[in-house]
Amino acid sequence: MSLLYTDEQKELIALVRDMAENEIKPYVQEADEKGECPRELFDWGFKMGLHMLEIPEKFGGTGLSYETTAMLFEELAKVDAGYAITFVTTFVALRNVILAGTPEQGQYFADIIRKGNFAGFALTEPNAGSDPAGIRGTAVLDGDEYVLNATKTFITNGALSSVYVGFFKTDPAAGHRGISAFIIDRDTPGLSVGAHENKMGLRLSNTTDLIFENVRVPKDRMLGAEGSGFKLALNALNLSRAFVATLAVGIMQRALDESVKYAKERKQFNTPIIKFQMVQAMLADMAIKVEASRCLVNNTMRMMDQGSLVQKEGSITKTFVTDCAQEVTSNAVQIFGGYGYSREYPVEKLMRDVKVFQIFEGTNQIQRMTIANVLDKEYK
Amino acid sequence: MNIAVCMKQVPDTTEIKIDPVKNTLIRTGVPSIMNPFDRNALEAALQMKDTYGGSVTVISMGPPQAKAVLREALSMGADKAYLVTDRAFGGSDTYATSYILSCTLKHLGPFDVVFGGKQAIDGDTGQTAPSIAEHLGLTRLTYVLDLKVENGKVIARRQVEEGVEVIEAELPVLCTFMKESNKPRYATIKGKLDSFKAEIADVTLADMADIVDTTKIGLKGSPTKVKATFTPQRTANGVTIEGDPNTQAASLIDQMTAAKIL
Amino acid sequence: MSFEQYKDVWVFVESFQGQPKNVGLELLGQGRKLAEGLKQQLCAVVIGKEVEASIQAANEAGADKIYVVQGDEYAHYSADGYGHVFLALCEKYHPNTILVGATVNGRDLGSKIAVSLHTGLTADCTALSVDEETGNVVWERPAFGGNLYAQILCSETRPQMGTVRPGAFKKPAPDPDNKAEVIREEIHTDKIRTQVLEFIKACDEGGIPVGEADVVVSGGRGMKNGDNFALLQKLADLLGGAVGCSRAAVDSGWMPQSRQVGQTGTTVSPKIYIACGISGAVQHVAGMSESKTIVAINKDASAPIFEVADYCLVGDLFEIVPAIVKELEARKQA
Repeated sequence: MSLLYTDEQKELIALVRDMAENEIKPYVQEADEKGECPRELFDWGFKMGLHMLEIPEKFGGTGLSYETTAMLFEELAKVDAGYAITFVTTFVALRNVILAGTPEQGQYFADIIRKGNFAGFALTEPNAGSDPAGIRGTAVLDGDEYVLNATKTFITNGALSSVYVGFFKTDPAAGHRGISAFIIDRDTPGLSVGAHENKMGLRLSNTTDLIFENVRVPKDRMLGAEGSGFKLALNALNLSRAFVATLAVGIMQRALDESVKYAKERKQFNTPIIKFQMVQAMLADMAIKVEASRCLVNNTMRMMDQGSLVQKEGSITKTFVTDCAQEVTSNAVQIFGGYGYSREYPVEKLMRDVKVFQIFEGTNQIQRMTIANVLDKEYK
Repeated sequence: MNIAVCMKQVPDTTEIKIDPVKNTLIRTGVPSIMNPFDRNALEAALQMKDTYGGSVTVISMGPPQAKAVLREALSMGADKAYLVTDRAFGGSDTYATSYILSCTLKHLGPFDVVFGGKQAIDGDTGQTAPSIAEHLGLTRLTYVLDLKVENGKVIARRQVEEGVEVIEAELPVLCTFMKESNKPRYATIKGKLDSFKAEIADVTLADMADIVDTTKIGLKGSPTKVKATFTPQRTANGVTIEGDPNTQAASLIDQMTAAKIL
Repeated sequence: MSFEQYKDVWVFVESFQGQPKNVGLELLGQGRKLAEGLKQQLCAVVIGKEVEASIQAANEAGADKIYVVQGDEYAHYSADGYGHVFLALCEKYHPNTILVGATVNGRDLGSKIAVSLHTGLTADCTALSVDEETGNVVWERPAFGGNLYAQILCSETRPQMGTVRPGAFKKPAPDPDNKAEVIREEIHTDKIRTQVLEFIKACDEGGIPVGEADVVVSGGRGMKNGDNFALLQKLADLLGGAVGCSRAAVDSGWMPQSRQVGQTGTTVSPKIYIACGISGAVQHVAGMSESKTIVAINKDASAPIFEVADYCLVGDLFEIVPAIVKELEARKQA
């Protein structure tokens, strides 16, 4: 491990590891096959408090730093990143409501989550992925209520959430300045959960469409000022990018752990394959990428703890780490050889799980555009 | 319900190895843990608090580093923790240890129930908890699977070799628990954070000077003395039977028949 | 009172529903050796509502005297009831040494007597001897999960007490010609604070209890799952034995705790012990190393189980065990 952990951080990490290894890990393979994680498994996380780790104490959270929170989620992601992201998505939504909303809105949202419920973020639409300004969903004021209409897609926690942060155009003509964000309860009439996405990986994470048909929400459910939704979405993405990078570190650490263990056990030509230079080079490169990634994530977390928005750093971190993770998990399969390709062994799942990390929260291509744009401004 | 749990910090005996040259116990690097059965006792106590309300006090006798298990108990939901520690307590056998702990319970109590593990995995005696009961004159129920309280009476299911006894007794009682009794909860992250900051008070001989009979404590107060310790000798002198599985099987049966074992 | 006034080796013959448990009889066998070392008599203590079967068994196990206390209040074990009886007997007869089986109730009773008499008790002993010069019993017991053994003395108080695990010693061959003196004492109490409301007999899992079998076929982590134990059952059935297991198998949920052999399970000393896929952690070995003949089957040639085994078979148990079964069946047919 590359970081300097405090004794207290070590204890917290050990606690999460203990729970995840004993209560979650034995059921991951089955849940991965089914594409669904049983609620009982999530209850372990809720009981431990994983849904409110970095939420301030006045909202009923634990008040941990981003840095420590990330360490715990890395540990969880070693067992299953889909399980972990279900909680990450929830607290990122809550955190953004607290940041952008009124104290009452923050308290309202926090009370729902604290009781052991999930939240989701409804932004993406079928024709607006990398270009969120292109969303078509609308919010029209009618008396004291907004009427929401939209079809949202790839919504993490879509079917699991009790409450959502949704993004709609209050001024369809105004581009990204016409987007506003709302808090929407799951049981609001007109809101329905659409098709469940049968994904390649991250199958313990629930992903669905969300359909809004004349969903009426009170005016005071609007987060921040009218037209501020796009900015809110970008801030939320900065936070979630840093955390998905954390999960990717967990996945690749697991890939490295499994690979080294296997390379020591597996014998060919009467020699453990870890003694072969080709394999050694692969393992060493994997370790280099894991260590570098973890340090990068840690630094970004510490910057966020100091209040930085990490617009550029978050993008750099997410891109570097998830690209590394793709390579590391792919090489883990390579080291396992034919067995690596088999579902009986743990590494093919890691490779499947990690692919989406280069895609969601802004593709790594979009990240590079963002980084270049910031550079362009910085060197004026 | 005023609940006390006695617990012990033990080396994780599954991690202990023998130095093959010196034939001695390698204890360095062996992690110290909460005695597993005490964890079940704590869980039983926390469940009792969840059901009937009240407070859970955890007590451990040992050196300052034993505070780690008390802290862990606090992180799981115990309310108060005390470390019973004094040079004068060193070298105590089960008789003296149980006497000191019984004095501590008197000092901190009274308690409606006192819980402990069925035995500690290092000493494996299973004597300390029932001996505490005897020092205090408490009714004891050992090897308890579960219990409930009705009208001031405890109804417990107790595991014995032949089956399960359902036993009724008046409070106060001392109970011991085992692995089968329950599944101990995990600490919460918040519980951990709070436990890092918690104060754990020491209980020393001076604190209990008025109730402790100093002839019954420490090495001097211990009726049993360790004469010698040794690690079990192992000398491999078995016969290795080789060949493919069928040959091995036939040869094994031949040899055992010839030796009149079969 | 001087040490010389404490006389005789006492053994508590625990019974269940009027039938003596083996451990008390095993202790009479071992107690005889201590009594000879101390040049004193061997006495059994029988307490219960029905006592005749235990009296007879204690007699046949070689007791010189049998103290009997009978009463309705002793139908079930209770620390209050049995403790009261035992302490009253001690006060009257002043035993030198008390041996109690390390059963659930024996451990309870032992601590009750020792604390009340302010004397030492050594728990879970596996070997006993007498230091004839001092008259102290040398109590030997494992600790740290069997990694360490300690010799314990109780040199300054009497009686000296110990509990001994069931199966640690052999039951003596019954001697129907023994003529023990039976001393019946009327001791009663109405101060029993526990009441047994109900007794639920353990459901019979079928098969011989692992502690009582002449042949034990045990499986460990190498069994891979619970279903594979059927293979060991087959072998055990052929040899008229019982199936046991290591702690790893219990922890993995493959086998019930009642089948566990080892320091935290049952101590066994069968004629034949066959360890399949068991590495031989000290805590397991502590519970089976007294077996007469040990056969070990393990893939790993460096597994510590081979250090205690008489017959070592390195290889895949899933090939070797079926081969043994086949071979035994073939020879039975022939």
